[in-house]
Amino acid sequence: MGWIGETVDSVKSIQMRQLLTQAVSLGMIVTSALIIWKGLMCITGSESPVVVVLSGSMEPAFKRGDILFLHMSKDPIRAGEIVVFNIDGREIPIVHRVIKVHERQDTGEVDVLTKGDNNYGDDRLLYAQGQLYLQRHHIMGRAVGFLPYVGWVTIIMTEKPIIKYILIGALGLLVITSKD
Amino acid sequence: MHSFGYRLNGLLTFAVTILALMCAITSLSDNFNTPSPSAEIKIININWFQKQPQGHDEVSLMMNVSADLQSLFTWNTKQVFIFVAAEYGTPKNSLNQVSLWDAIIPAKENAKFWIHTSNKYRFVDQGNNLRGKKFNLTMHWHVMPKTGKMFADKIVLTGYSLPEEYR
Repeated sequence: MGWIGETVDSVKSIQMRQLLTQAVSLGMIVTSALIIWKGLMCITGSESPVVVVLSGSMEPAFKRGDILFLHMSKDPIRAGEIVVFNIDGREIPIVHRVIKVHERQDTGEVDVLTKGDNNYGDDRLLYAQGQLYLQRHHIMGRAVGFLPYVGWVTIIMTEKPIIKYILIGALGLLVITSKD
Repeated sequence: MHSFGYRLNGLLTFAVTILALMCAITSLSDNFNTPSPSAEIKIININWFQKQPQGHDEVSLMMNVSADLQSLFTWNTKQVFIFVAAEYGTPKNSLNQVSLWDAIIPAKENAKFWIHTSNKYRFVDQGNNLRGKKFNLTMHWHVMPKTGKMFADKIVLTGYSLPEEYR
């Protein structure tokens, strides 16, 4: 029984430091990604500074799989801007264009109606029951720039979660088996 | 240090960095373009002007829209989205913008056009303030690039007004 104890000890002593170093490096990678994400949230003033276009309702401008960079400033919302908004009760944000604006004289609050460029009718069908307009607090940001095709990675990982698990599994394997 | 995995990793990182740099430079090249667009909108006819059952005023009108937006297109332009909006103020609302018509211009050749159309979207007020209302018609355009920053601007045309009575 002594040799079991010996081998266990030798295994533990050699690998522990390497394991810890690798765990710390992995932690550093994850936290730096988080720092970049949170930093972007601060700079752009938006809860989600980058969104992936999921539907074809803004074609041919934005196709499924494009990513949009958002920015939210205190500037008033005006017709023509492409905004990303959340409907109460739905978790997926929608990216459409503002076609009607009614801004209150006294409070400066605003009623906004949106429509997807490629849709026939406006978004009243998408809004919550009885809701005719969006208000400022529904809107997460304005689209200011975009990159084509890059968002497909996110779409594939969301719609086929198997690929996500395979990827993370492979990454984990790489981290563990790499010697440095 | 020279295994296949490391080489592939280095190559891919380099390729992605170069691609990102190219996208950024492409977007920056759009700043060198100085556009000089022109637009003209004429209201030919007020088809009808009614108060809806819900109590809001609504107008239907025919207009001629002509524009030359060819100078907006660069090699990095995917399309230009244009729309005509009526802008006016009311006692309750400091600003109302109602989009009346929009179009997508996919290429430079289509950017010089003339169209005779009724309003594509309903011109409805939040209230009954439209009788005799003076309003501006603005031609807005949004330049969508193949990659990068989007630009938007507008031309404001003043001097339009609605009739004093419903018809």
